[in-house]
Amino acid sequence: MSRAIKIFSVLVLIGMATLSHALAPGPAEKQKQPVVYHNGNIHIGNGQILKNATIAFDNGKISRVGHFKMAWQKTDIDLKGKHVYPGFILPVTGLGLTEVEAVKATRDGQETGKINPNIRSIIAYNTDSEITPTLKFNGILLAQPTPQGGLVSGLSSIVQLDAWNWQDAAILTDDALHVNWPSSMMAKFDFSTFTLKVQENKDYASQLEKITTLFMDAKSRSNLHDKKLVNLKLDAVVPVFSASRKIYIHTSSPKSIIESINFFQKIDATHLVLVAGQEVEPVIGFIKQSGVPVIVSSAHSLPKRDDSSVDDGYTTAIKLHKAGILVALAHSVDSGVMGARNLAFAAGTLVNYGMEKEQALQLITGNTAKILGIDKKYGTLEVGKSATLIITEGDALDMRTNILDAAYIDGRKLNLDGRQQKLNQRYLEKYQR
Amino acid sequence: MKLLITILSITMHVNVIASQLPTSVVNGVKDDRHTIHAFTHAHIFVDSKTELNDATMIVKDNEIINIGEKISIPADAITHDLDGAYIYPGFVLLDSDYGLSKVPKKSPFSFFGKEILDSTTKGVVNSNEAIKASYQAVADFHHDKEAAKTLRKIGFSTVLSSKHDGIMRGTSVLVSLNDKADQQSIVQAEPSFHLSFSKGSSKQLYPISLMGSSALIRQTWLDADWYGQGLPDFADLDLKAVNDNKSRLQFFEVKNWQQLLLADKIALEFDKKIVIKSSGDEYKHIDAIKKLNRSLIVPLSFPKAMDVSDELDAWNVSLDKMMEWEAAPYNLYYLHKNGVEFSIVPKDKKTFLKDLRKAVKKGLPKSAALAALTSIPAKILSNKKLGHLKQGASANFIITQGDIFTDEGKMVENWVAGKRFIINKLAKISSGVYKLELNGTSHELEVVAKDGKLKLKNPDKDSTIKYKAKMDKDFVSIEINDKDNSTQLLGLTTKNAFRNIKGQTPQWSMRRISDIKKNDKEDDKKQKHSNKSADKTPIIAQPFSTYGLHVPATAKSYLINNATVWTNEEDGILSETDVYIKDGKIIKIGKNLNLKAEVTIDGTDLHLTAGIIDEHSHIALLSVNDIAVNSSMVRMEDSLDSDDVDIYRNLAGGVTAAQLLHGSANPIGGQSALIKMRWGATSDELLIKGADNFIKFALGENVKRSSSQKSIRYPLTRMGVEQVYRDAFSNALAYEKQWQTYNKANKEGKRKDKKHLAKPRRDLMLDATLEVINKDRYVSCHSYVQSEINMLMKVADDFDFNINTFTHILEGYKVADKMLKHGAGASTFADWWAYKWEVNYAIPYNASIMTKVGVTTAINSDDAEMARRLNQEAAKSIKYGGMSEQDALKMVTLNPAKLLHLDDRMGSIKVGKDADIVLWSANPMSIYAKANKTFVDGQLLFDRDRQAEIEAQIASERARLIKKINQADEAKMPAMMGHGKHMQCDSITGYEYLLGAVQ
Repeated sequence: MSRAIKIFSVLVLIGMATLSHALAPGPAEKQKQPVVYHNGNIHIGNGQILKNATIAFDNGKISRVGHFKMAWQKTDIDLKGKHVYPGFILPVTGLGLTEVEAVKATRDGQETGKINPNIRSIIAYNTDSEITPTLKFNGILLAQPTPQGGLVSGLSSIVQLDAWNWQDAAILTDDALHVNWPSSMMAKFDFSTFTLKVQENKDYASQLEKITTLFMDAKSRSNLHDKKLVNLKLDAVVPVFSASRKIYIHTSSPKSIIESINFFQKIDATHLVLVAGQEVEPVIGFIKQSGVPVIVSSAHSLPKRDDSSVDDGYTTAIKLHKAGILVALAHSVDSGVMGARNLAFAAGTLVNYGMEKEQALQLITGNTAKILGIDKKYGTLEVGKSATLIITEGDALDMRTNILDAAYIDGRKLNLDGRQQKLNQRYLEKYQR
Repeated sequence: MKLLITILSITMHVNVIASQLPTSVVNGVKDDRHTIHAFTHAHIFVDSKTELNDATMIVKDNEIINIGEKISIPADAITHDLDGAYIYPGFVLLDSDYGLSKVPKKSPFSFFGKEILDSTTKGVVNSNEAIKASYQAVADFHHDKEAAKTLRKIGFSTVLSSKHDGIMRGTSVLVSLNDKADQQSIVQAEPSFHLSFSKGSSKQLYPISLMGSSALIRQTWLDADWYGQGLPDFADLDLKAVNDNKSRLQFFEVKNWQQLLLADKIALEFDKKIVIKSSGDEYKHIDAIKKLNRSLIVPLSFPKAMDVSDELDAWNVSLDKMMEWEAAPYNLYYLHKNGVEFSIVPKDKKTFLKDLRKAVKKGLPKSAALAALTSIPAKILSNKKLGHLKQGASANFIITQGDIFTDEGKMVENWVAGKRFIINKLAKISSGVYKLELNGTSHELEVVAKDGKLKLKNPDKDSTIKYKAKMDKDFVSIEINDKDNSTQLLGLTTKNAFRNIKGQTPQWSMRRISDIKKNDKEDDKKQKHSNKSADKTPIIAQPFSTYGLHVPATAKSYLINNATVWTNEEDGILSETDVYIKDGKIIKIGKNLNLKAEVTIDGTDLHLTAGIIDEHSHIALLSVNDIAVNSSMVRMEDSLDSDDVDIYRNLAGGVTAAQLLHGSANPIGGQSALIKMRWGATSDELLIKGADNFIKFALGENVKRSSSQKSIRYPLTRMGVEQVYRDAFSNALAYEKQWQTYNKANKEGKRKDKKHLAKPRRDLMLDATLEVINKDRYVSCHSYVQSEINMLMKVADDFDFNINTFTHILEGYKVADKMLKHGAGASTFADWWAYKWEVNYAIPYNASIMTKVGVTTAINSDDAEMARRLNQEAAKSIKYGGMSEQDALKMVTLNPAKLLHLDDRMGSIKVGKDADIVLWSANPMSIYAKANKTFVDGQLLFDRDRQAEIEAQIASERARLIKKINQADEAKMPAMMGHGKHMQCDSITGYEYLLGAVQ
C-alpha cells in the first residue's frame, strides 16, 4: 500500500470517526447576561481562598468577588459550598499539534531542521482536536501549544480552548521562542548491549555554536533600523531583545541551566523562562539569583538517580517554590498530551508532599499566567479579569472530587460533554437494554 | 638484488626451524638439542601451597625433571644462578580468543528495520544463527606473535582460546604461547565447549532478550538429544556438535550476576556441568553465588571511577556507581572468603598485573591469587602437567625479581614449554652501600639502582664530590667530579659489583657491602600514611542498591492499633480497628485487641488496606520483549533483576505484588513472573511460590508491528493475528496427540515399528501453548479494540479454554457483556488514550462500565512511575463513572488478586491471608494519601518514618565516596547519569526511553 493511500485511509478513518460519534462540542456563545454565584469556596489563584463568597461576571469579565450584603436576584445561583477556581492553564504542550502520537499524519509538532525560530505553532493549532474536550472536562481552559525538537524549535502561542479556529483561539500569538539547550552528555541506546548509555555529546560545541550565533546575529540585526532584506529566522528572534517575546530554555542538565541563562542575560535577552525537571535541584540558588521563573516539566517523574529520594520528582516544584522562585507546573512537555488532563492532580500531588493547597493551585493558575505573560487578564479570579473559571463539586486537585458543574471562558459557558462522555452514555444505555 | 636474497634466506631459515615437525623434511642437517637447564638459588613456588627457599630446579626440554632445596645438578646442565629471584608456575589463561579469526561485525539492531527471520549462515547448520556449536577453534587457530608476547609479559604460558561469538560457540583449543609452529602450539585440541547468552554476530532476529537466549539454549539441548537418537530426517552439524561435545567441559560466559544465576539454573534443569566465566560483580550477591558451588572464571574487572570533582557533574552520578567502584576490587577477596573456587583472567591485559596487585591489597591472599592463576585453571582443565612445577610438569614457569604480587615484583623471564622468553633483564646490581676502591684509596657510596639506571651519592652530606654513572649492557662508566678534578672509570658489571676491565687502567673496583640505612622517621611517616588510607572492606547491602538493607528484614509480630481498616470483605470499612499480624500472616482483626506484639503501631488517623497488586508491570526485569511470533517458550523469571530500585519505589507507593509480563511484540508472548516486592531477596525468592502459571498474549498494533514501516513479520493485520492463534493451538493439539500416541505405544511395548513411533521432538513453545489449552497456564492478553477482543474469546471458546484477563482492554466497555459471558476479567488503564490509533476510542469510564456489567476489573500500571500511584489511578473511576471508593480500591487490590488467582491469600484484610499491608496517611483514594508503611509477608519493607534517616545515610555515604574518589590517584571517566530503566509493553529493553514512545 502506498504511503499516500495509507494517509488517505487514516484520514477516512478519522472522518468516519467524527461522523459516527458526533463532533467535539462546538464553541459556546458570548455571555449575554450577568452571572452571579453565591456561597462558593472561591479559590482566587493567588494563594487566597474566600469561603462562602460571591463571584459575579458580566460581558466576560469578573465584576465582583468577595462577601457582599446585597439582595439576591432571581437568576443568582447558590453554590452551597461548591468550589470556584480559575481555569487551569497548561503551559508547554503539544495540544492541537499532535492528535495521535503513533500516527505520523497527525503529528505537526516538530519541523525538520535544527534551527527553526520562525516556526509558529498557532498555524497548525487544531481547535477541533478530540483531546481538547478531555482537558476542559477536568478544568484546563487555556494552553500554550508549543513546537518541539531541534535546537530552536520555534514559537509558541497561548490559546483558549473553546474556539472555532486558531484565530479565535489565540490569546497571545508567538509569545515565546523555545530553545533546547544541549548538554555535554547525552543518552544513546546501545543496541549491541541493549542498554541506554550516557556518553559525551560530540556535537555539543557545534550545537552551542549554532544557537549562540543565531542569537548574536539576531542581536546585531536588532540594532539595524532598515530591515529591508527579510531573514525569516533572524526576524523571529529579534523581538526577544525588546522584551516582546520570551525565551523558554528547555534543558536537562544543571550546567546547561547556568550556561544558557548566563548567555542570554549577557546579550540582554532577559525575558527568560526555564523549562526543566529535577536537574534544577543543585542550581536552585543560581536560578533564584538570576530571577528566572521555572516551569516544571512534570511532577510525575521517577527520581532521576537510583539513589535519589523516592519523593524526588514530586518535590521539585516545592523546592523551587520554597526558594522563592516563581514556578508553574506543566504536564505534557516530554510525554503525550493525553495525560495532560491530569494537570490538577499533579498539583494535588504537591500538596501531598508539603505544599499548601492554595499555593499548589497557583502553580496551575496565577503563577502560570504570570510566567506566560497573560496575568493581566487570566490566571486569577479578580475583578476586571476574564471570567475564565470552573465550578466543581469538590476539591478540584483531587480526582475523587474534581467533578465540574460548569466551566466558563471569557464568560462563555462551555459545553463539557465530549466524545468520551457520549460514548459512556451510549454504552451505559446499551447495557440497560 | 643481493639484499633481497639475504632477507629471503633469513626468513626461510627461521621458517625451517620454527616448523620443524617430525613429519617434515629437513633442509640441511639434523639439529636435535636437548639442553638441560639448572636454575639455582631461586625462591620457588612449586605450587600455590609449596614454597622453597634457595632451591634448584632442573628442566629438560618441556619438562621439569627435578626440583628441590638440595639436589644435585647434572654435569651437562647450563646453570642459571637466580640469586634469590622468584620462580612461579606459568599462568594458565582460561578465557581468551587468542589466535582465532575475528568476530564479524554486524550492523546494530534496529527495531524498525526489516526483520531477518531465518539464519543467514549457509550450510548444514542449525536453524538459529546464534547456535554455532560446530565451530572448532583448533581448525581456526593460527598463532599470533604480538598477542602471545603481550600475554607472556603478564605471566601466561598456556591459553584456552575460544571464539566469543554466539550463544553456542563450539569448542576451544588449549595452546602454548611457545611461538612455535601452529601444530606444535596445541596442548589440547578440544578441551571445552562454550556457551553464552549473547547472540554475537548473528543477524537473525530471534532471540533479542535474555529470556529468549535462555529458551534457545534449553530448546537446543532438547533438540540435540532428539537429534542424537537418529530420528530426524535432516542433518544439522551444530546439533551433532552439541552431542559430540556433551562430555567435554562446558564453559558458560555471563555478563552479570543475574546471568550467572540463570546459567546455573538452566544447567541444573538440564543436568549440565558448567564452569561459569563471570563478569566480576559477584560481590553484589556473594551468598547466592556461594550456594551454587560452581567453579568460576573471574575477570579482574574494576569499573573506573567517574570524575566527581565538580559538584554539578557529581550530581549526575548515582551512588550505586560509586559503590561499585569501591567494592569491585574486593570481589576476589569476597569470593575467596566464601570458599568459591575461581580462576582469574584479565579484563584489560595492559593493567592485569596492576589489577592483580590491587586485588591482593584488598585482601586476596597471595597463595589464593597464585592458585587462581595456576593450579585451579589446571584443575578445571584436568591437566596434571600445568599449574605446578613438580617433577614431570611441563616446563612453564616465570622468573621474577621480587614478589610478583607486590608493586616491587618485576617480570624477568617467561619460559614456555621449555622455551625461554626474556621480558626484562635480571638486574645484576641491587641498591645498597658500595665500597669504591680506586688507586689504593677506598670510600663508601650509596647506590640506588632502578630499571637499569644508577644513582650514586656520597653518604656524607657535606661532601662536594658528584657522581654520574651509566650502565650499557655489561659495561659501566662512572664519572667522579670533585671541584676541578674529574675522573672517568670504565668497567664491567658483575653481580652487585663493578671492576675495571682486565689490563686497563686505572685499576678500580666497587662492591656492595650493606643495605642503605633507612631514615626511621620517614618510615614512620609512611606507615602512618598508609594506615590512614587503609581501606575498610565495604559492607555489601542486599540488594546491591543505595536502598539495600544492611540487616535482612524479618517478619515480626505487629499490632496496628486504632486504624481505619478497608477490609475489601463484607465488613467494608472498619473504623478504630486493630490488626494483628505475625509470621507473615494476618492473625486477628478487631476492636481493642489486647495482644502483645513485638512492635505496636499507633494507627490513629491512618488507613489500613491490603497491599496494592499491579496486574501489569515490567519493573525488576533485565529485558521485556522477545520477538518470535509465538514466544511462549521464554520465561520472564529468567530475566528477573532483584536489585532494581523500582521495587523499593513500588513499595513506597504501597505496591506489594505484581505480575511481570512479557512485552507486546507478539500474539503469544512469554511466561509471566508473579512476584512480591520482597526487597532484599534474590530473584528466585521474589517469585510467588505456588502461584498459577500465566502468559502474555497481545493483539493489535504492536503485534502487527505498526510502528515499523518495513516489517515483513507475519502477521501484519488483525486477520493474520487470528490465524496465528488458530495455527498455534491446532499445532499444540497435534503435538499433544503425537506424544500421547508415542507414550501409549511405548507403554505397550510396541516399539518395533519405528517409523510410526518415532519419539516426537520436544518443543518448549508448543509445551507452553498446550498448557494454555489445558488450563495449566492462564492468559493475560494485551488488547485494545473490540473486534480483536471478540475474536480472541471466540478462538478460545473454539479450543475450549478461557481468556483469563484482557489487559489494557481500552474498548472493554464495548464488549463487557461478552467478556462477562466468556468469563474474562479486565485489567485496564484509568485514563490512557490517544497515544496510538487503536486507543482512539478509549474512555476513562471503561473501568466503571465493565465493573457495572460485572466484569472483574483491575487498574494496572505498565509503567514504573505510575505504579507508585495506582491508588490514585483507581480513584479516577470515582470521578469518571461514580464508582464507590471501596470498589475503586478493590480495582488495585482484591480484583488483581482475583485475576492472578491469588485472592485466597492476598487482596483483602482477612484473617489467614498474607500480611501484605499498607498503612496510608489519609483516605487511600484521595490524592493526599501517602503510603506510610508497607508490609510484605509481615516484613516492614518501607517505612516513611525512617525515610529521612535513610536519605541522610545516603547523603553521607555520597559525601564519603565523592571525597574518596577525588583523593584516589587514578584515571577517571566523565561523570554521567546512570539512567534508570523505564520499561513498558513496547520495550525491548528500554529503547523507548530514547524514542519517547509509550505503550
